[in-house]
Amino acid sequence: MRLELVKRPQQSKLYSALSPFIAFGLTLVAGAFLFAMLGKNPALGLYTYFVEPLTELWSLHELAVKAAPLILIAVGLSVCFVSNNWNIGAEGQFTIGAITGAALPLYFPDAQTIALLPAMLVCGALGGAVYAAIPALLKARFNTNEILTSLMLVYVAQLFLDWLVRGPWRDPAAMSFPQAPAFSSWATLPELFPMSGRANWGIVFALVAALVVWFMLSRTLKGFEIRVIGQSPRAGRFGGFSTARTIVFAFLVSGALAGLAGIAEVSGAIGRLQPQISPGYGFAAIIVAFLGRLNPLGIVAAGFVLALSYLGGEAAQIAVGVTDKTVRAFQGILLFFVLACDTLIHYQIRIVRRAPLSEPASLSTETAHGHG
Amino acid sequence: MTAESIHETGALLDVRGLTKVFGDLKACDAVDLVIGKGEIHALLGENGAGKSTLVKMLFGSLEPNAGTIVWKDRPVRISSPAEARQLGIGMVFQHFSLFEALTAAENIALSLDDNTPIRTIAAKAKALSHSYGLPLDPYSMVGDLSVGERQRIEIIRCLLQRPELIILDEPTSVLTPQEADRLFETLERLRDEGKSILYISHRLEEVKRLCDRATVLRHGKVVGHCDPRQETASSLARMMVGSEVKAVDRHADEGSAGGERLLEITSLSRKPATPFSTPLRDISLAVSAGEIFGIAGVAGNGQGEFFEAISGEIRQPASGMVRICGRDAGHLGISARRALGAAFVPEERLGHGAAPAMRLSDNLLLARHATDSKRYLGALGTIRREAIRESARHVNEMMDVRKSGEDPAASALSGGNLQKFIIGRELDREPKVLVVNQPTWGVDAGAAARIRQALIELARSGSVVLVISQDLDELFEISDRVAVMHNGELSAPLTIAEATFEKIGLLMGGAEPGPAAHPHAAETETEGAA
Repeated sequence: MRLELVKRPQQSKLYSALSPFIAFGLTLVAGAFLFAMLGKNPALGLYTYFVEPLTELWSLHELAVKAAPLILIAVGLSVCFVSNNWNIGAEGQFTIGAITGAALPLYFPDAQTIALLPAMLVCGALGGAVYAAIPALLKARFNTNEILTSLMLVYVAQLFLDWLVRGPWRDPAAMSFPQAPAFSSWATLPELFPMSGRANWGIVFALVAALVVWFMLSRTLKGFEIRVIGQSPRAGRFGGFSTARTIVFAFLVSGALAGLAGIAEVSGAIGRLQPQISPGYGFAAIIVAFLGRLNPLGIVAAGFVLALSYLGGEAAQIAVGVTDKTVRAFQGILLFFVLACDTLIHYQIRIVRRAPLSEPASLSTETAHGHG
Repeated sequence: MTAESIHETGALLDVRGLTKVFGDLKACDAVDLVIGKGEIHALLGENGAGKSTLVKMLFGSLEPNAGTIVWKDRPVRISSPAEARQLGIGMVFQHFSLFEALTAAENIALSLDDNTPIRTIAAKAKALSHSYGLPLDPYSMVGDLSVGERQRIEIIRCLLQRPELIILDEPTSVLTPQEADRLFETLERLRDEGKSILYISHRLEEVKRLCDRATVLRHGKVVGHCDPRQETASSLARMMVGSEVKAVDRHADEGSAGGERLLEITSLSRKPATPFSTPLRDISLAVSAGEIFGIAGVAGNGQGEFFEAISGEIRQPASGMVRICGRDAGHLGISARRALGAAFVPEERLGHGAAPAMRLSDNLLLARHATDSKRYLGALGTIRREAIRESARHVNEMMDVRKSGEDPAASALSGGNLQKFIIGRELDREPKVLVVNQPTWGVDAGAAARIRQALIELARSGSVVLVISQDLDELFEISDRVAVMHNGELSAPLTIAEATFEKIGLLMGGAEPGPAAHPHAAETETEGAA
């Protein structure tokens, strides 16, 4: 008896929709084992992780705060991934976006007007886009591997930020803490419902971006171009589309959204530049993009799931006593199952018992003997 | 059933009721096939008739759902190609599986199941190749060899395993007429030595000439057995297709010359883009309205590079190198050239002419978004699906594209039906210039006739058709003039009245027509000694 993968004649619509849920279910099962092996109560662990954060209003706000950057970045990444461009450097574009956006109030401290915040957001998006253009142009011009270049630029960006907040941009009033001065109220992204919690405009940006990109990918010629070039570049060129143009476009969109997420995060949730501004949003967004099936609307849902894993991780450190590393473990397990479950979309699993065809197997060995 | 088959004594292979089901599709439906010792048996059928599936079951790469295979009066299960080889069944595939960076001998060694040293293999291969009149230098690099020579490696590789049954899948589709003749001689010798050959082809003339018996498949079922020598090409085609194949109707009466020159190519050269591509050398030609111009040649002599240059996928350094409908187009991309009135059909259907995973309607948009943007696109570049589906429906009806479902993915169609769709997609635009590379490669007889007829009708309506093809029968059937591409150079065109198979065949082999003609194989033989 053996398992056999039989290619489906057409992609299964059912499993296309179902596979993220199966993946999430399997992650829960694996998580239960994980807790049990750590000597914790699996039921309590999973409850703390995935249910408790949803039971109170303030933590729903926190969920939106965490989901906003994840969704913004992942929506941009979906454009890259659909066009077969592997931008792994969203974390760096996020960081550069935060820096270029935050530079405005630092260099123009007197510009306290209503235009300051929008200008910061635009600068953040531009910064992220320009930073993403580096691996894009290298790939388009020299055919370099964008996975490596975009990933390496993450560390460049992070160290650059570290140097800024410890050096030239350090707040003199911060008692030698490595941090930039806090943003003024004009430079702060407002909260949506300050009465009940911290959720800010970031989540609105994320939802709008998801809708716009969804429309572009599914309804317009530009989206068609991106999909064709991603699936079948030669056919795309035959259609008159340019591979190089698509590479640059995808990276610019994705970099701009990551940069916007970066400036929104520091001007909203954090309030100032500091050495650490992201718990790995740029990398977790890769999981979000795949969990959402590279569909911006699916990504919205997936963004909330991953945000939940961050929140639950924080709660579990206190309530269950596991390290914050379990968050990363959970995210890794989730990505693994998401990719594994995608097999079901293209293949059918069949259990084959050695089929009783016409004659027992001994005959073939017998004939082989006769010829040997 | 088994008892009955065993009675058929003398048969080398006796297949009964072999069935293979893929999903809802019965690719092979209770197929019976008997091959005697020392016969060349043709397996005829349109694309999608189930020939490949049947052969894959015989060679152990597919497992049948039902039926028996009796080999030398003994029922067998063949569950892998290695088992098939052990039994004595060898196969030469249509698409070669050779490593270009290795030598012929190394490629052969890779497929043998034991650890014979390369030196021994090379010596054996060389001896065998000479004794069968297929000279081959075992130490030559596959990347440097012509397609015909590569096929020899496959055949030698197969023969080294001393098979009693050799399966050949469309072996002549890549050969010049002269190369094909040599192959036939080899096959006839093998038959005389008592080996059996299962010969898969859709070239009816060849089957008539070579084969002793034929089994005809249609829609996965055996629809007839015959002696091809007693049949005519059209009666064979009728069996294959199930209805009369319409002979291509061509009027030679109207004067093709004197029309407007709609496609002009002047001194087109191109450096090779990769180490494995062919440079184009100073190609010039002009085609007038109403004319079909054929370009013959063995695959890999620059046809693909030539097509890319005319289509605008690759632009030219001088804008006058390619002129379409009287306008310089050398600097324009493919969309702009389409806008001038040109249409293009590349050789490769999946992955070049069409995106495999996309629906037919999407593939229609792929080639026509620039020329029909008013019809297919709305504000903000939104796609008007209904208008596109309507066009796709029209194309499918016009070209009789057979498919399952309303708008399936391109990869779900058989080769012939996808080709009909791709050609229909372009014809529907009524182009002034149509450039098509291998219009009927791997396409069944019915679809091929339909496609050729469509090309002739387009030319008759006053357009230019440039056909690049390896199929000489096809070129002779439809072209007004023919030129041969060899090693990136284009010969002087011949009118169809002055062209003969012989002349064209020699040009395809790289020889100037005349006494200087020199069979290619002789060179390899002498080089081999070095």
